[in-house]
Amino acid sequence: MTKEEADNGRDDMVIDVPGQANAVPDGFNANYLRIYYGKLFPHADMFKWMSYGNDGKHPGCDKSYFGRREFSFTLENDIYIRFQSFNSVTELENSIKEKCPFKIDIGPVYSVDPAKRHAYAQSGDNVFTPVERELVFDIDISDYDDVRYCCTGADVCLECWPLMTIAIKVIDTSLRDDFGFNHILWVYSGRRGVHCWVCDGKARRLTNEQRAAIADYFHVYKGNENSQKKISLPGLVLHPFLARSYTEVLKGFFEAKLLPNQNLLASEERYEKILEMIPDASVASELRRRWQENKRASMSKDDINIVRWEQLKSILQSGKQKMQGLRRCVEEIVFSYTYPRLDMEVSRHMNHLLKAPFCVHPKTGRVCVPIDPNNCDEFDPTTVPTLSQLLEEQNRGGLRQDAENEWDRTSLGESVAFFRTSFLQPLLKSCKEEIENSYNAKLQQSKNDLSWFSFGVLIAAQ
Amino acid sequence: MEVFQSHRKSSSNNVFVSILPFYRSAPPLEVRLEDFEFFAMDRLRVLKGISDGLCRGKKPEEMEKLVVDLWKANMRHPQAVEEVNKDIISHFVLRLVYCRTEELRKWFLSMETTLFRHRFRLESSEAQRALMSEFKLPYKAVSNAEFESVKDKLGQVARSMGQNLPAADAIFYKVPFEEVPDLVSGRRVFIHKGHAYVAMNQVVSLVVTQFRSYISKALILTNRKWTSTIREQEKDRLTPIVEALCTSYLGPDYSQPQEFGEISIKDIDQVAKTSFPLCMRHLFEKVKEDHHLKHGGRMQLGLFLKGVGLKLDDALAFWKAEFAPKVSAERFDKEYAYNIRHNYGREGKRTDYTPYSCQKIISVTLGIGDHHGCPYRHFSEENLRAALVRMGVSSRAVEDVMDKVHNRHYQLACTLTFEAVHGSSYDAGINHPNQYFIDSQRVLQSKNGSVA
Repeated sequence: MTKEEADNGRDDMVIDVPGQANAVPDGFNANYLRIYYGKLFPHADMFKWMSYGNDGKHPGCDKSYFGRREFSFTLENDIYIRFQSFNSVTELENSIKEKCPFKIDIGPVYSVDPAKRHAYAQSGDNVFTPVERELVFDIDISDYDDVRYCCTGADVCLECWPLMTIAIKVIDTSLRDDFGFNHILWVYSGRRGVHCWVCDGKARRLTNEQRAAIADYFHVYKGNENSQKKISLPGLVLHPFLARSYTEVLKGFFEAKLLPNQNLLASEERYEKILEMIPDASVASELRRRWQENKRASMSKDDINIVRWEQLKSILQSGKQKMQGLRRCVEEIVFSYTYPRLDMEVSRHMNHLLKAPFCVHPKTGRVCVPIDPNNCDEFDPTTVPTLSQLLEEQNRGGLRQDAENEWDRTSLGESVAFFRTSFLQPLLKSCKEEIENSYNAKLQQSKNDLSWFSFGVLIAAQ
Repeated sequence: MEVFQSHRKSSSNNVFVSILPFYRSAPPLEVRLEDFEFFAMDRLRVLKGISDGLCRGKKPEEMEKLVVDLWKANMRHPQAVEEVNKDIISHFVLRLVYCRTEELRKWFLSMETTLFRHRFRLESSEAQRALMSEFKLPYKAVSNAEFESVKDKLGQVARSMGQNLPAADAIFYKVPFEEVPDLVSGRRVFIHKGHAYVAMNQVVSLVVTQFRSYISKALILTNRKWTSTIREQEKDRLTPIVEALCTSYLGPDYSQPQEFGEISIKDIDQVAKTSFPLCMRHLFEKVKEDHHLKHGGRMQLGLFLKGVGLKLDDALAFWKAEFAPKVSAERFDKEYAYNIRHNYGREGKRTDYTPYSCQKIISVTLGIGDHHGCPYRHFSEENLRAALVRMGVSSRAVEDVMDKVHNRHYQLACTLTFEAVHGSSYDAGINHPNQYFIDSQRVLQSKNGSVA
């Protein structure tokens, strides 16, 4: 996909003539967004999601729930407005269509409607405070710049994107198998990373302390410029979570893909970074000596990286190595290159705002579409639909009458369908059950209370 | 006179037990006014001792010994009954003292929880089980059948922590992971489908979490009672004691810069070289080099500068100028200025934020691209040595400093650095970067007769 043009008012869009497929020039601007929000953005689905089953149909529904959710809009010219809230899908939709935000963020559900927050205290009983919020994660490929040589910063290509894929696999598996969460949405951030929304009731009600604990459970990579050792795996064996991640995902990816594709051992500059991680200087020197002697892959036809990696493993894992720090050295190297690097701060606090799915990224024009964790190997960030592409498809598809929704005429249809069937519907089903059960339990409880009360009155009356 | 009761009277008269109190309710005892004060001071010595121990990065076994020693030195009484009463009374008095602000509550909660944790660990397993049931924890022991099915995973977890495999008859509890955040955090339990398998010896964590949560709520309630009734009611009797207890033991928080009043923007470069502790020097150098700092670094350095005496306008000018090569003036005003004003209490909830103490700085978790935290803890040995040399520390002194670092005495390392750089001895330990700054300026002023 081509790079976007600067969004300096490229509003010379071609008017569509029926029957003609008119090209829509690349770009990101208010005019394009207006059409996108008018016809393609799935307002109703977002509303259903954020309502979590509180649609008023069951007596146990909390009608105030959706209205207590914070949204924030970033408008054209970087104007940022927080604490937006809406009481119905119509209010939400109209506000988005009217304001045409360049970015929509979703915040927590507060104790009261954010619009009324000034009437409430900062502390004490009657507070304005977050009460529910999805458990969220943010992984950004620019945090991996020290281990990818194909791109830096905001760029992404098919060589380095797999780092995101394996991050998804590791975290998704753990969220389901270890923590027991079921309603998990992974979303492409539009440029260089992924977001994760865990939407189970239990997840939404986690305290900041519990969120921090989960983030710490996932926190293995502790790097920054000044510390040399970024991964430390003490202990005789790995914790089951780390062991599973290693054997099921990380080891295979590192050895088969990352190592050869990024040429991690092919040149001195690159292999020195790995040798630095070996705490035993004599082992490192031995390897250095061997590799300096064999500057080319001599005898074997195999990739030089793989040959050298086997040599490294065989020295470090041989029975001869008794030094404590060497036992897990191989795993530490693999982890430091491949283990997910999460932005801890995003996950720790309930009031952290996160970009909404189906927004369009201003710098790339790409839509923040969901990613299927069960098929994340197939996800290609370079072919994600862009705003201009969708508008063009929408123009072209003008003659099809059978599609129920506008987006089904475009590449977006697939994403919305996936969102509904894999995520939204199971989630809403589960929410309904929860609402029903909770309602019935309350009824039962008040029956019990009443019976005790009357018993007490009876006793007192005697 | 009666001791103030922050909760309803305990229905049981049975305060006279030799197990750990949970401080659920204030006992219906009579206390002499002087005991009110003395008991509290003795307990405060214990809590301050714990605080110091944590700052020095003491390992859990060392902390346990410290708690035992502190308790013995300050809280023991030949009669068990009296000891328990003193324990309970002193706790409730300190609740009054430390309920009054967010910072105080955080500190008190943290110290009391640590104290409780170590005392609980020292109890026998029957006593621990009894205490657990008193807290009404509804967690069932794992059945034999289930134990068999997860045994090897439990073994993996144990060995990953350097412990032995669990015995065949080991007792494990299955609890929702939300109940044991610190075990989850450190990957010290096996978790499956939302349940954590907690070993008997980890059960401490369960109980401590309950304790912490209970005390946290109690402090809020106490604060309400204090402000609404007690303070006024007791203004001639308990209130002066409570207020004195607080100020006499709390170190200065450096939120109001004192002696040197103001530092202006043109002074910063100079004082950074002479009087900043290493953590702030590093941040300062990085912002000059990169023309950027991530949020954690901006907070740590920004609040420090506020404590040093940099006024809001100068602070805005400083950050704006440093960021200028990367951030346009308009973008600065939109994205960064708000937070700086927020730190000075001019936005949002208008809290005047206090500069971070060493304890807080040492305990941060760094992310990629972060430069804050405590260099004595967070830097690699090589980088730390280089930084010390750049500060002008002699090679012999560098060895002494590194020795402290290897033993995780980060604040002592910083103190030694201070001594090496200023050529004078420093008897008090460094607890706060602003303390380093003020004392550095004092030393230099007494030497030169002028500030830096």
